[in-house]
Amino acid sequence: MSTWKVACLIAAKDLRVERRSKIVTNQVLPFAGITMVSFAFALDKQNVLDTVAPGLIWLATTFSLLILVQRSFSIETDDGALDAMRVAGIDARAIFLGKAMALAVQLLVLEILLLFAAVVFYGESIQSSGAQGPVLAVVLLVTTLVSATCGLAAVGTLYGGLAAGFKGSETLLPLLTLPAVAPVLIGATKAVESAVGTAGAVVSEGWQWVGLLAVFAVAFGIGGALAFGPLIDE
Amino acid sequence: MTTIDPARTELQPSEPQPSRRSTGTRATRLVGIGCITAMGWLVAFGLGFSPADRDQKESVRILYVHVPTIWLAYLAFVVTAVSSGLYLFTKKQSLGWDRAAGASAEIGVAFVAVTLAVGSLWGRLTWGVFWQWDARLTTTALLFVTYIGYLAVRRLGGSHQQRAKRSAVLGMIAVVEIPLVHFSVKMWRSLLAEALVANLDGDLRWTGSCCSASSSASSPSRSCTSG
Amino acid sequence: MSPAPSPSSATVDGPVIVLDDVVAVLGQFPALAGAFLTVERGEIVLLRGPNGAGKTTLLRLCAGLLPVERGTATILGFDLSTQRELVRPHVGLLGHQNGLYLDLSVRENVNFWGRTVGASTDEIHAAMARMGVAERLADIPCRKLSAGQKRRTSLACLVARRAQVWLLDEPHAGLDATGRDELDATLAQAAGSGATILVASHELERAGNLATRSVEVIAGQVTALGDKK
Repeated sequence: MSTWKVACLIAAKDLRVERRSKIVTNQVLPFAGITMVSFAFALDKQNVLDTVAPGLIWLATTFSLLILVQRSFSIETDDGALDAMRVAGIDARAIFLGKAMALAVQLLVLEILLLFAAVVFYGESIQSSGAQGPVLAVVLLVTTLVSATCGLAAVGTLYGGLAAGFKGSETLLPLLTLPAVAPVLIGATKAVESAVGTAGAVVSEGWQWVGLLAVFAVAFGIGGALAFGPLIDE
Repeated sequence: MTTIDPARTELQPSEPQPSRRSTGTRATRLVGIGCITAMGWLVAFGLGFSPADRDQKESVRILYVHVPTIWLAYLAFVVTAVSSGLYLFTKKQSLGWDRAAGASAEIGVAFVAVTLAVGSLWGRLTWGVFWQWDARLTTTALLFVTYIGYLAVRRLGGSHQQRAKRSAVLGMIAVVEIPLVHFSVKMWRSLLAEALVANLDGDLRWTGSCCSASSSASSPSRSCTSG
Repeated sequence: MSPAPSPSSATVDGPVIVLDDVVAVLGQFPALAGAFLTVERGEIVLLRGPNGAGKTTLLRLCAGLLPVERGTATILGFDLSTQRELVRPHVGLLGHQNGLYLDLSVRENVNFWGRTVGASTDEIHAAMARMGVAERLADIPCRKLSAGQKRRTSLACLVARRAQVWLLDEPHAGLDATGRDELDATLAQAAGSGATILVASHELERAGNLATRSVEVIAGQVTALGDKK
C-alpha cells in the first residue's frame, strides 16, 4: 500500500468515527456558533462588528481547531490505536496526512457555516464592485478558505500528535498552536476583509495574503509530514 | 507490567561525579569572577559614567540592557536549534546535545522576558505607550510564547530519549515557524523605524556587546545544572 | 509505508524467532542481558518471571520497538539490528490496550486494519470468523463489547493485517472466566493455522495449559530454552 492510500484510509476512518460519534456536529459546531454570538455581545456596536467580522470568523475557527485536534487525537489514544499503528509499521507520514485531511474536511465545513453565520449575524456580504463583479471576490474567498484550512490542519495535526496521550495535553496544545497559526489568523483575516470589502479593502489586495497562506500550508504540510515520525516515536 | 520505570533512568548521572557540591572547575570560576567584575564595571559605566543621549536623555540607558538581552536570546535560540539538529542528525544521538538545547532555550526565554519588560518601559518613556503593534515587537512576543511552549513540551512525560527527540523536532520546527511568523507580522504592519539594532552608534554597540558577552558567560553554568 | 513484502515473501523455513545473546538497553539500564530464544512456527511460548524481569522488554524488542544493543535477533528472517522497519508489519504487539476505535464497530475496525495491507473483503471476514467476532458481534460498536470480546477483536485486526508473530503481554488480564476460555481457544486455533505466539503472563496455570513451551525470564536473561511438551 502506498503512503497516499493509507493516508486516505486513515482520513476515511477519522471521518467515519465522527459520523458515528457526532461530537463535531453536536458540540464543536454549537461552540463555534455561540462564540460568534458572544463576540456580538462583547463588541456591542453594529459598525464595529462590520469591521471586525472577518477576524472573528477566523478566531472562532482557531478556537474550534483546538477542540477538533483534541478530539482527533483522543480517538487515537483512548485505546492505544496510535501505538498500534506505530507498532504495525504504518508510515508516520501517512498518519499525519490522513489525520490532517480529515481535520481539514471538518474545518472547511465549520468555516463555511461560520461565514454564513457572519452573513446572518453581522450582515456581511461579498464584494460586488469592480469590473468582474462578485466573481473574483468569490474566487478569493474560496482560495483563502482552502489554503488557510490546509495550514491550520497541518499545524493542528503536528502539535496534536506531539501532545497526544500525555497528561496536560489539553493545556499544552493551545500554547503551541496559537503562536504557530498567527500567520494564518493574520493572512486569512486580511484576505477575507478584501473579499467582503471591509473598510474599503479591494479584492486585488487579497492575493498576497493567499500567497502567504499557501506558503504556510506547504511549509507546515511538508515539515509536519517529515517531523511526525520522530514526534510520535518513542 | 512495567519492566523498568524509564523515569528512574534519568536520575542516573551519566558518569560518576567526584563531588556533588558543584559543577564548577577552576576555569569556570575564573570566568565567573571575571564576569562579576566586568558587570560591576558595566553597571557603573552604563548608569553613571556615560553621558545621557541628546534625544532620549537618560532613558537611553535602558537600551544598554534591552539590546544585548535580545541578542543573547537570539543566540540562545540559535544554539537550541543547532543542538536540536545535531541531536537529530548525528548518528549517536547524544543526549548532551539535548541538554544543551534545553538549557539554551531556558536562557533564551529568560532573556526575551527581560527584553520585553525593559523594552516596554523604554517604549513608555520614548513613544508614550508600553506596547506598539509593531512587527518586531509582535514577533518577539510570539517568539517568547513559542519557546515557553518548547519548555512545556520538555516537561511532558516519557523516557529521556523520547523527550529529547520530541523537543529536538520542536526546536527544528521553530526554525520554520519563527521566520513565517516574522514575515507575516511584518506584512501585517511595521511602524518602527528600520533596525534599531543596526543603527546604533559605536559607543552603545560596544557597551552592549560587553554586557551580552558577560551575561552569556555567566548564565549557562547556572542553567546547565538544572537542565 | 515501507513496501510491505507479501506474507509469503516473509515466510522462511526454519525458526521464526531467533535471539542469540541479545542485549537491550532502556535508558542506561541493561533491560535484557543476554537473551537466547528460538521459536518455531506455530508455537505458543509462555514467558514467565517476576515483574521487571524483562518480559515486556523482550516482547517490545521482538516487535522492533527497541534497538538491539548487542547480539543478533532475527524475526521471520529479518535482522532486527538493520531491518526493524521491515519486521513491524509482520508482528503484532498487544499490551493492556487493544488499539481499537471504540466508536467504530468490530467490522469497521477489522476492515481498517485489513485495508492497510490491501486485504480483500473475504479475507477480512475470514479474520473475524477465526476470532469468533464475525456473527453476532460484527456490527456492535467496540465501546459496548466486553473485555474479552475487545481482545478478540484486536486479535482479529492482527489476523486481518496478516501479522504472523503475535506478542501478547498479559492477554488474560481483566477477562472473566468465559473470556479467558474463549481467548485460549482462539489462540490455540490461531497457532494451529500458522501464527507464532509469545505470551508474557503471570497466570501460569492457565497460560501453561495453552503454551507448547514455557521459558523463564529472570533479571533480563532468558537462558532456559524450555522443555517441549
